[in-house]
Amino acid sequence: MSGAGSIELDRVRFAYGETKMAFDLAVASGEIIAIMGPSGSGKSTLLNLVAGFETPAEGRVVIGGRDVTADPPADRPVSMIFQENNLFSHLDVAANVGLGRNPSLKLTPDDRAAVAEALERTGLAGKDRRLPRELSGGERQRTALARALVRRRPVLLMDEPFAALGPALRADMAGLVQALNAETGMTMVVVTHSPEDAQRLAPRTAFIENGTIVADGSTIDLLGPEGPEPVRRYIGDMARR
Amino acid sequence: MTSIRLGNLALAFIALLIGGAFAGLSAIAARDWSAAAAAFNNATLRIAAFTLWQAALSTILSVAPAVLVARAISRHPKFPGRALLLRMFAVPLGLPAIVAALGVLALYGNAGLVGRAAEALGLGHPPSVYGLTGILLAHVFFNLPLAARLLLEGLEAVPPDQWRLAAQLGMGPAATFRLIEWPAMRRVIAGVAALVFMLCVTSFTLVLTLGGGPGATTLEVAIYQSLLFDFEPARTAALTLVQIAVTIAALWAMSRFGADTGGDADLPLSGRRYGAPSRFECAGDALVLALAALFVAGPMAAVVVSGLEADLLRLAGENAVRRATMTSLAFAALAALLCLALSLSLVTMRQRLEATRRGGGAGLIETLADRGASLVLVVPPVVIGAGWFVAMLVLGLDAFAIAPVMVVAVNAVMAMPFAVRVLRPAWDSAAERNDRLCAQLGVAGWARARLIDWPAMRRPLAVAFAFAMALSLGDLGVIALFGSDAVQTLPYLLYSRMGAYRTADAAGLALFLALLCLALMTLADRLGRQDR
Repeated sequence: MSGAGSIELDRVRFAYGETKMAFDLAVASGEIIAIMGPSGSGKSTLLNLVAGFETPAEGRVVIGGRDVTADPPADRPVSMIFQENNLFSHLDVAANVGLGRNPSLKLTPDDRAAVAEALERTGLAGKDRRLPRELSGGERQRTALARALVRRRPVLLMDEPFAALGPALRADMAGLVQALNAETGMTMVVVTHSPEDAQRLAPRTAFIENGTIVADGSTIDLLGPEGPEPVRRYIGDMARR
Repeated sequence: MTSIRLGNLALAFIALLIGGAFAGLSAIAARDWSAAAAAFNNATLRIAAFTLWQAALSTILSVAPAVLVARAISRHPKFPGRALLLRMFAVPLGLPAIVAALGVLALYGNAGLVGRAAEALGLGHPPSVYGLTGILLAHVFFNLPLAARLLLEGLEAVPPDQWRLAAQLGMGPAATFRLIEWPAMRRVIAGVAALVFMLCVTSFTLVLTLGGGPGATTLEVAIYQSLLFDFEPARTAALTLVQIAVTIAALWAMSRFGADTGGDADLPLSGRRYGAPSRFECAGDALVLALAALFVAGPMAAVVVSGLEADLLRLAGENAVRRATMTSLAFAALAALLCLALSLSLVTMRQRLEATRRGGGAGLIETLADRGASLVLVVPPVVIGAGWFVAMLVLGLDAFAIAPVMVVAVNAVMAMPFAVRVLRPAWDSAAERNDRLCAQLGVAGWARARLIDWPAMRRPLAVAFAFAMALSLGDLGVIALFGSDAVQTLPYLLYSRMGAYRTADAAGLALFLALLCLALMTLADRLGRQDR
């Protein structure tokens, strides 16, 4: 695997209102990593820094060996799936996916073939003329995944992608994401609240608290009974809720 | 950033429009300083006092009955004609002031329906409607339904549990009013009163047509007369200053009480009420509603009746009428387009500035983009028109030559607060949904406008367009100053026929104008409803 999808946050500093954040992180190309942590700890900010929705005050964001710190979101080798609002509500599934090929929606026959293939792969074949409101929550997220597939960018960031889904759908989606990772070799960074999602998806987990990564390692170790104290406290809090 | 550049351009346009007016007024005041200073005399004071006095009376006469009306409507969530009554209460909002004035005259005037009936019954001739009486009748006709609808919204905000509790505790009507209904209305009543007061302070057309001589004149009408009939531009400048001081004071009061200037035409869905009112109370409520309905329906019916009496076919064939119709439609469409362009520029700029600043307060430009539209209220159309009129005089140019530009520009700016109310929520929520996604996918510029923004904004734009066009179509403010034989709009033609005692013609034109405006308003309402 070449390093096209490697991610490096090199002494990145960022202030969000009162909260000061500092991230150092290296992700290998093709890896799946889960990002966990309490609300407001900086998980989404970390994704936004990689995606280019936020610009660091200091430090560098390097993707695939290229410094992208100053690049706008669309120019980075990155796709992102948000918790919701991944689709334009007035455009049908095919158009929403097609935008991943061409932002003016001027599609060549090759583009259309790629869209059809991605819809097939994500189990949306035959639903290409549906509007987002005619889809289930799971189908909407699959559409977003299909778009990430046709964009063919080496990094896929996901911000609580399954938060709005029920337990059975979550397991389905996790399986699909893993399969796509194996097929495409995309690097995947998944922000999640759920220890199950992390265990299902990601061999590696980074845990964030108060704007820094306080633990980083194998998901099984991190979330196990011998895991670091902040993680155990967080999981304990979650269980009690 | 295109959105920022366009927004600044829109602000510059508004600044130029208002600035030009002030430049003209300052120039004339400086040239003829003693005359301007001399205009601050007792006569001016009397006019200012009358302006405030008629506005205060109009407010009391509109809002106090509105409390009873709103309460009656809210107490009976289901009665035949309730929806019709509420819909009828929304009509005056879309009616041009000149049409309402004609309706009031046709009903209460010298040869009006009420007068004729009184004489037929041998009750003698009713007193003249011109003067304070006519002004008050017209203002209450416009503002009682508005106030009733806004107060009703306040009542509808009472949570259903409170009604259930009141029924369980066995509260009688008096206790219910004191403990639940009045507190709910009191929260909004100050704002409603301030809004009505503001509308009456700046009312021009109604006072122009229904006022009676120097004893019943407001500042706006005095500004108009000082310019067109007395040829005393220095006095105009002085009057304008007083007018602006008065509107600023009224606006300040309005913002303090947090009035909502819009009020949409939605039918509020009433919560269920428990425990039926007694027969006696029902009769009282029915009487209140019947009187209110009669009062509001009266002038409208008079417009229809007297309009149908006119020789409509001859009118339709008249060249002057045809020309005025075309002129009106063209001016109103252009004004609506300009209004949309200005409003959309400000709305998008405001959103962009808010989205790109990190925390902290809004900067000056963002505040201007936010409030710029309503700041226009401080400077009424007649003041802007008068200012430019004077500026043209100072420059030795023909003021009537800029009539089209003035009518379109001022009407566009005047409709902006309403357009912004429609466009801003639509734009802000669309931007919130789409901005990040567009940035991520690189959808920008023309592609974004075509694929993303146009589908989201098409309907709000249509609503705002119809609304702005209806407002411009019915306005007499600016055209009263700049109109001439060469450039006439429908309201201007209507006003000149009224002035020439061609009452039947005026009535026919009023009916025609009312139908045009109401058609546009209904269209805006329909489109807006489907939007939700």
